[in-house]
Amino acid sequence: MIAESGHYALVLALALALIQSTVPLVGARLRDPALMNVARSAAVGQLLFVLMSFAALVMLHIISDFSVANVFENSHSLKPLIYKITGVWGNHEGSMLLWVSILALFGGLVALFGQNLPLSLRAHVLSVQAWIASAFYLFILITSNPFTRIANPPIEGRDLNPVLQDIGLAVHPPMLYLGYVGFSISFSFAVAALIEGRIDPAWARWVRPWTLLAWTFLTLGIAMGSYWAYYELGWGGWWFWDPVENASLMPWLAGTALLHSALVMEKRNALKVWTILLSILTFSLSLLGTFLVRSGVLTSVHAFATDPTRGVFILVILCLFIGGSLTLFAGRASALKQGGIFAPISREGALVLNNLLLTTACATVFIGTLYPLALEVLTGAKISVGAPFFNLTFAPLFVPLLIAVPFGPMLAWKRGDLLGAAQRLLAAAGAGLAAIALVWAWTRGGAVLAPLAIGLAVFVIGGAVTDLVERIGLFSVPLATAARRARGLPRSVWGSAFAHAGLGIALIGIVCETTWNTEHIGTMKAGDSVNVAGYELKLEGLTPRPGPNYRELAASFSVSLDGEPLSVMTPSKRTFTTRGMSTTEAALLRRGVSQLYISLGDTTPDDAIVVRIYHKPMVLLIWFGPVLMAFGGLLSLSDRRLRVGAPRPAKALRAMQAAE
Amino acid sequence: MTLWLVFALMTAAAIFAVLLPLGLRGSPSSDGGEASVYGDQLAEIDRDVASGQIGKPEADAARVEIGRRLIAAANQEARLALTSNTTWRRAAAVLALVGLPVLTIAVYLPLGSPRLGDFPLAERSRAPDGTQPLEAMVAQVEQHLEKNPTDGRGWNVLAPVLVRLGRYDDAIMAYRNAISYAGDTAERHADLGEVMAAAAGGVITADAKSEFERAVALDANDAKASYFLGLAAEQDGRRADAVSIWQAMLDKAPQNAPWRAAVQAALTRVTGATAPVLSNDTMAAANGMAAGDREAMIRSMVERLATRLKQNGNDVEGWLRLVRAYMVMGDRDKARGAEASAREAVANDSERLKQLKEGLKNLGLDG
Repeated sequence: MIAESGHYALVLALALALIQSTVPLVGARLRDPALMNVARSAAVGQLLFVLMSFAALVMLHIISDFSVANVFENSHSLKPLIYKITGVWGNHEGSMLLWVSILALFGGLVALFGQNLPLSLRAHVLSVQAWIASAFYLFILITSNPFTRIANPPIEGRDLNPVLQDIGLAVHPPMLYLGYVGFSISFSFAVAALIEGRIDPAWARWVRPWTLLAWTFLTLGIAMGSYWAYYELGWGGWWFWDPVENASLMPWLAGTALLHSALVMEKRNALKVWTILLSILTFSLSLLGTFLVRSGVLTSVHAFATDPTRGVFILVILCLFIGGSLTLFAGRASALKQGGIFAPISREGALVLNNLLLTTACATVFIGTLYPLALEVLTGAKISVGAPFFNLTFAPLFVPLLIAVPFGPMLAWKRGDLLGAAQRLLAAAGAGLAAIALVWAWTRGGAVLAPLAIGLAVFVIGGAVTDLVERIGLFSVPLATAARRARGLPRSVWGSAFAHAGLGIALIGIVCETTWNTEHIGTMKAGDSVNVAGYELKLEGLTPRPGPNYRELAASFSVSLDGEPLSVMTPSKRTFTTRGMSTTEAALLRRGVSQLYISLGDTTPDDAIVVRIYHKPMVLLIWFGPVLMAFGGLLSLSDRRLRVGAPRPAKALRAMQAAE
Repeated sequence: MTLWLVFALMTAAAIFAVLLPLGLRGSPSSDGGEASVYGDQLAEIDRDVASGQIGKPEADAARVEIGRRLIAAANQEARLALTSNTTWRRAAAVLALVGLPVLTIAVYLPLGSPRLGDFPLAERSRAPDGTQPLEAMVAQVEQHLEKNPTDGRGWNVLAPVLVRLGRYDDAIMAYRNAISYAGDTAERHADLGEVMAAAAGGVITADAKSEFERAVALDANDAKASYFLGLAAEQDGRRADAVSIWQAMLDKAPQNAPWRAAVQAALTRVTGATAPVLSNDTMAAANGMAAGDREAMIRSMVERLATRLKQNGNDVEGWLRLVRAYMVMGDRDKARGAEASAREAVANDSERLKQLKEGLKNLGLDG
């Protein structure tokens, strides 16, 4: 009964979505409030039914009802409860159900909390949202039904892919989906604006929280995914320029550009058409990511199923939505009124530069990801576009972007003063140069460019700090006044400072990890010890241990520094009987923001074991940066104030204040 | 029945969600518009000026801009008054009342299995003992062993059952565990090797072979291990070794050993793809006979072949078949004799002689 109720609820959600995608549109055309309001209650109803359906699937996984094919294929009665639950979205069908649940969640939130929206805009937004939802409900019901039953249930399930039996599965996919799917709201707003044929700063005000929310979760989702890959795959790498990673990076880059251009639009009524286009592109890239991962075009840990009908179905959805929205854009964009004007050197100008660089970077990743696939389809040749390509193309785009980041907030709206901004950034630049000198003096070896990159990162952080210091007048007014001003400063200002500083912090981590990483790979026997980056690691012994649904071989290493014992690290290798697969569980020892990392390889016949030991300096900063960025996003999100970009009048040449 | 009641309630809730706004009198609720956003923005400028965030000239410029937007927005809203359209509302209500349930049923029925109840794990493992399927018992034993992995006797019981279920990989592991926890016996090693071979589709892999060798080392008389070692030799192309291993088995074995026939058949297969001189039909006939009769029949046929070859010695294939037949019957002297006669018969024909030598080599006799 649970299974069938869940199945039926999903079908009801489809029916409600179909009504929601048509009736409000008619209502908006007729200006009938009752018909337009159908969108709200239908969206809430849809959310309830999808949640019911999702809860049913979770319940089926918890009670191990193997009469449901999805549970049988991806669960095992001995699995710990947490993995029974996370296993719900550790497979294709379940993760698609999570996808539409989040889609319905965003629709429901707009319906519930969108009272400040004009009636017709809300009706249009929810209708467009329901089109997307209907397409994906159909996709799930027809090609990937999680409620397919088995008449004679097997006694035991096939277990979840062991790599996914990790706490990371509880965090990474939901976060990432909140990000991916969250951008559907900006998309719906953009299409709604195009249908209505008008757009103004109020529009940007209404989209802002949704874009920020999606961006924040996407940032966290990507960072979490990267950390998970780092400790679970056992290679100590945190970014592989894998097509699936790129598929999440592309919407992030476009979404970051969107955040900034929407800011210009809200405050200055400029860049309107561009913002609409970015909204469409960002969600299109999210859909593209879904297609790449689900169609079987790629094989990776993310590609759950390789069923060609699914690929074709998603391709049709992709073409329909991207093609449809871009056609609508082409037809309507010229009719949209262009907004405010600004000088090239101004806050607007800086944000345009930001957008140019981000979208170019996004295009680079797009080409690097899709070119090999297109080439394989057309000529059959297999080429691999890996890190060298991305390092050569991505880095030159990000360096000017990072140099420009501190300048942006320093410039005034409409017409700015570059020289003045540069003068005010002297302290930050000084800090950067000092960092370069220090790094050069203290480190041995590594890339020549590494100290320069660290200097750049320090400059970015310094710029964020300078911006805050200037706004609260830390060194020019009495401390009490500064503290009062700091409290009065809009949270969005704090948010952007944190986000920009996060960028610099992540860069420091990336540079340090790639440049001064020490590694030792070799076979060790009990009693052997090695020295890695000053740490003495001794293999005490290997012990087999049983787990709930696996057996593991744990190695125990005692770690000491200068003869002082520090800790014991126990990496292990798990063998999962049901799927006959094994995973490595790396052991991590945190030292400040650096880490020692041990993962086990295969055992050799003479009772020795292959070990990989890494010392990764500053590695945690790589993920701390994005977390800081997400925190900035949340701060900004919590700032419900209106945003006004006061222009600097041409006459007023004194008062160099950067206006908020 | 309960299920359909639940479905009906859910459908009613969905219909209600659509009908609710249609039924409400069309009083435009707090319709947040652009004008209110711009009004808020103006208030925000005042606050910013008060807190010293922006200067007065900037504030004035911003007020002018926002004022313009406010006027534009007010004009826009005035042009779009709300209306009420009864016809379309009725149409929407009909869509909800009829269209929604019809569509839902039409989609659900072909996809769903409303007659199938739930089968949670708790319920499935409560099934009465008599009807409990083999798989369920295996699962129980496996669960027990998962918790007590050192129960060698348990592994020993489980392993052959797993083989029967075709779960070779698990059976291999079970036998391994049985050997580690219940003791090293020739029998277990031989069984393990057999499963390994089965898992590899009948090929005696190096791993399997080493298991058989271990078994033979523990007990030189282990028939299964010896048989498979012969098979391994055959698969490696060392037919002579295979023949000698099996021959040795037959020599040592008691007359009533149950596996005698199997080894004999294997020997027959190796020494000639088309068993000595018999066609499939006669072979089938021979299978039905008592041991003595069969032997008599084979002998008479071999004699016939020998006579034929004496008259016409050019048939190399025939000679080889005859030598094989004598070897299978365990009559080595006659085999040697037949070999010598064969060499004599084809001595003048280098092509045939070469053929004969190769054939003899394959039989394990020096070419």
